[in-house]
Amino acid sequence: MSDFEEPTPNEVDSYYQKVKKDAESSGYHLNADVEFTKELLKSILINIKRYGYEACPCRLASGDKKDDLDLICPCDYRDPDLVDYGACYCGLYISGEILRGEKKLQSIPERRPSPDEREKMKNEIGFKISTELSKPVWRCKVCGYLCARDKPPEICPICKVSGDRFEKFI
Amino acid sequence: MVMMQHVEGQDKGKLVLFALSTCGWCKKTRALIEDLAASYDYVYVDLTKGKEREEIVEMVKKWNPQVSFPTLVIKDEKCIVGFKEDEIREAIG
Ligand code: SF4
Repeated sequence: MSDFEEPTPNEVDSYYQKVKKDAESSGYHLNADVEFTKELLKSILINIKRYGYEACPCRLASGDKKDDLDLICPCDYRDPDLVDYGACYCGLYISGEILRGEKKLQSIPERRPSPDEREKMKNEIGFKISTELSKPVWRCKVCGYLCARDKPPEICPICKVSGDRFEKFI
Repeated sequence: MVMMQHVEGQDKGKLVLFALSTCGWCKKTRALIEDLAASYDYVYVDLTKGKEREEIVEMVKKWNPQVSFPTLVIKDEKCIVGFKEDEIREAIG
């Protein structure tokens, strides 16, 4: 199917161990369906061979890194999708709620802007001068970690306390 | 020229699936259509290049401006975006 050699089961396995460890040590969870998860990770390995970077397996990469920066795994859309849907677009990362079986994993809407919208955004970038913050800043009351995003993360990536220990800082 | 792969099955109306060879939800969608034993055509858009890629992206855009996958076009009438199991079952049945 592809022009490249398939990653071997061993390569997939060690990549899986690495991504899982990284995810868990910063408060994220990989999908517990190991077969599905390994398929996705194998696809990311294929994309590394094809493009030279970890392009999202469920999105059409252009092959031009600067146009694909937002979809390099973990993509720009993972965290907001975890907050809103309990999973990233591919279903590689899932929330604690889904991991514990309190919510069902399903395919979710695409958050990435359409090709036409992205084309427009390209022209706007650089001209947007604003004195207002584009995102609120959240502070972990335990370790002081600060992050600027719509909602606090589920788990503090630094000290691993739950997201309800965050306060709105700015 | 856009080259589609054909999968034999029962005729349940024209089904065209735009998919990515690497995408988990696309794989689940193919498995579901094959479970329903329907004949269909598909193309792995990530494996296409140049002019053919452009042509396919334009085709997908008409049904789904976001150009996301899987996009399943049913009888040239409607499309289902994403692995929506119940909707697909109902439409193909
Ligand atoms: S949707 Fe998930 S698998 Fe795809 S790039 Fe984003 S985080 Fe990675």
